[in-house]
Amino acid sequence: MKRFAELLDALLFSPARQAKLRLLADYFAEVPDPDRGWALAALTDSLSFEAVKAGQIRALAAERVDPELFEWSYDFVGDLAETVSLIWPVSAPSPNAMPRLSEIVEALQSTTRAKAGALLEGWLDQLDATGRWALLKLVTGGLRVGVSARLAKTALAEWSAEPLERIEEVWHGLAPPYLPLFAWLDGRTSAPELGALPTFMPLMLSTPLEEAELESLDPREYLAEWKWDGIRVQLTGRAGERRLYSRAADEIGAAFPEIVAAIPEEVTLDGELLVLRAGEVAPFNDLQQRLNRKQATPKLMEEYPAWVRLYDVLRLGGEDLRPLPMAERRGRLEAWYREAPRERLDLSPLIPFESWDELKELRAGARERGIEGLMLKQAQSAYIAGRPKGPWFKWKRGALTADCVLMYAQRGHGKRSSYYSDFTFGAWREAALVPVGKAYFGFTDEELLQLDRWVRAHTVERYGPVREVEPALVLEVAFDSIHRSTRHKSGIAMRFPRIARIRWDKPAREADTVETLAKLVV
Amino acid sequence: MPGGLYCEPADLFIDPTRKVARAVITHGHSDHARPGHQRVLATRETLALMEARYGDEAGAERQALAYGETLRLGEVSVKLVPAGHVLGSAQVVLEYRGCRVVVSGDYKRRRDPTCAGFQVEACDVFITEATFALPVFRHPPDRDEIGRLLRSARLFPERAHVVGVYSLGKCQRVIALLREAGYDEPLYTHGAVEPLCALYERLGVKLGPLKSVAGAKKPELAGKIVLAPPGFDDRWLRRFPEPLTAMASGWMRVRQRAKQRGVELPLVISDHADWDELTETMKEVRAPEIWVTHGREEALIRQATLNGLKARALSLTGFEEEDGELPLFS
Repeated sequence: MKRFAELLDALLFSPARQAKLRLLADYFAEVPDPDRGWALAALTDSLSFEAVKAGQIRALAAERVDPELFEWSYDFVGDLAETVSLIWPVSAPSPNAMPRLSEIVEALQSTTRAKAGALLEGWLDQLDATGRWALLKLVTGGLRVGVSARLAKTALAEWSAEPLERIEEVWHGLAPPYLPLFAWLDGRTSAPELGALPTFMPLMLSTPLEEAELESLDPREYLAEWKWDGIRVQLTGRAGERRLYSRAADEIGAAFPEIVAAIPEEVTLDGELLVLRAGEVAPFNDLQQRLNRKQATPKLMEEYPAWVRLYDVLRLGGEDLRPLPMAERRGRLEAWYREAPRERLDLSPLIPFESWDELKELRAGARERGIEGLMLKQAQSAYIAGRPKGPWFKWKRGALTADCVLMYAQRGHGKRSSYYSDFTFGAWREAALVPVGKAYFGFTDEELLQLDRWVRAHTVERYGPVREVEPALVLEVAFDSIHRSTRHKSGIAMRFPRIARIRWDKPAREADTVETLAKLVV
Repeated sequence: MPGGLYCEPADLFIDPTRKVARAVITHGHSDHARPGHQRVLATRETLALMEARYGDEAGAERQALAYGETLRLGEVSVKLVPAGHVLGSAQVVLEYRGCRVVVSGDYKRRRDPTCAGFQVEACDVFITEATFALPVFRHPPDRDEIGRLLRSARLFPERAHVVGVYSLGKCQRVIALLREAGYDEPLYTHGAVEPLCALYERLGVKLGPLKSVAGAKKPELAGKIVLAPPGFDDRWLRRFPEPLTAMASGWMRVRQRAKQRGVELPLVISDHADWDELTETMKEVRAPEIWVTHGREEALIRQATLNGLKARALSLTGFEEEDGELPLFS
């Protein structure tokens, strides 16, 4: 447990992705089974035991600590789990007496809520402060140390030098504490056998198209489709089970039960999850109402009906179709779809075209909702996991821009730790600026130096690593689209904002208004 | 009491914040040791630190008093005993007509390779500091914290590890602890900590090879450990390859406080007594009366009461929480 606690602590304080990967890889290399497997399960949210309630923890502390001292301490620290972990009155325990992570997890899985309290109390006595903090985070659910399941798998890949796609492929056929996975990644055995499980098939990803590249591409070799503004999903039905996976190989079926119910037998499909009303794609914001939820209420399902627009088939019957050319897979997909009406599923149509110019025009006209641009897929290409350069291109429609005023700047991390490099900008609503977005790229290194100097010279207030600046610098912000948002004061949210230009010349008063931006909402 | 603690029968002030005729200085931190007093009584080391900082302003007449040695001032006898806070730090023991008062000054109980350890003095009145007087402050073993720093430097050999340390005491203690842990490579220093490191060396504290950051090229600093005062200008970090910011302070115990300052590697190393040390010491000195000052008086008084001791708050102004309470970045 000591090592796991140290890992969580270090992850919490390391904002950089590369640093997190290094910390995780170091842990997997050093810690034996089954502890590292249980740690992996905790980090990927794959552990299930009845979580202990905050009240229970508070009650344990109340038996040991004077209430007045506890209150003062809680006021100072601000977090219950941390307060209890620090205040727990025990002198430095010996590292050998500390329980292992596996002991804790295994005991919790086979206990009742009534008995969990006594177990917890015993462990709190045996652990040091960091260990107690990690324990309390573990048992209350949600580690919140900034590690996604995908990042944990990426760390496994970097540590073991096996491709991430191979790990994603076997992942859903395994269960904690993942002994066969680590045996394979250690190089002691071959990869775990999958059998006929509804596991994830790693996705083929596209690369952005540089328009200049079109010259060298033959339009006759490519199929074109619209690029839908939803989220990429994989549907799989196998051996009587149905699964809905996100592009990061997370299972998201619980949030979309109507889609799971519609997944056919013995097939794996690639498509875009969208909210659709009478065949019309709803704004991305509607889909967002359904994402990141543990489950869906009937009301949500009625208000935001989910569909999947299909564009590829990877497995049909027992047959793996990935080696087949794109055009042939498309033929199989269409034939399969025609066989029977498919509730909640439709086909993403192919766009017929003769020349690149024709497509360019179509793309330029594509401003309606739900379309982000075009996809070009080489007709002869096999389905290759990962992001091979070329066979698939995404050709996004041109960016929108707005002139916004810099409001706050925050220091970055690592190489940027002494530069103000994260910028919050706003637009005018009457005489006041309202934040409309945040961006931390788009500028050159030279521009970053200039921005940093400007921020330091025009600071009006400081809040920890954040500085509020004089409302005097205009940034031309580029973004893919703009949406309504109830979570932001401005009522709007930008997708993929970046700094396109610094308008040193433009007076802040002449920057855009929230009202103007709201007109761009799709 | 804006002038610091005053002892009337000897007409002396302890750590006065204003210029006075006779001052006893517990230790060299600048909010306790101020310039311009007429007569100054302190340990040899504390006087040396004051002379290094203030030159001629260190006090017109300076008298060194060794630990354990007694000086009579009228009816009052004055003695200094080790406080374990920083090099030269002392508790002040005053005796007057059979009543013994001990002023702890800033102190800690755990071993520190750079200074003499705290000595328990039984007394009638114990005046204690209370910087970390909340039960959430329990400093972990130094060895573990230094171990985390060394582990990070090994795990990220391309990054310079810049450790924020108070330039008097904490800096030299961290260096000495690194040496005890077997780290014998050169340690890099910010200009602001260098004079004090040199002085520690002159006073007999061995720190091993130190190099100034000023003379070092960027690639040379990869994977190195750098000691800098907590208030350095963040732009100074640009001379380092992918700097990783650490901070050695008792305040690092609370995660939110460390996160707010952008610290990536918080090291809980303090030169002050933690909660257990404060409460144990209150018992050990067996004083019928305890006065609490410098920090969170209310919590320590509460604990004293729970332990059946008589305690009250004594409010003094003009003191900073020097244990890294300064912002990491200016």
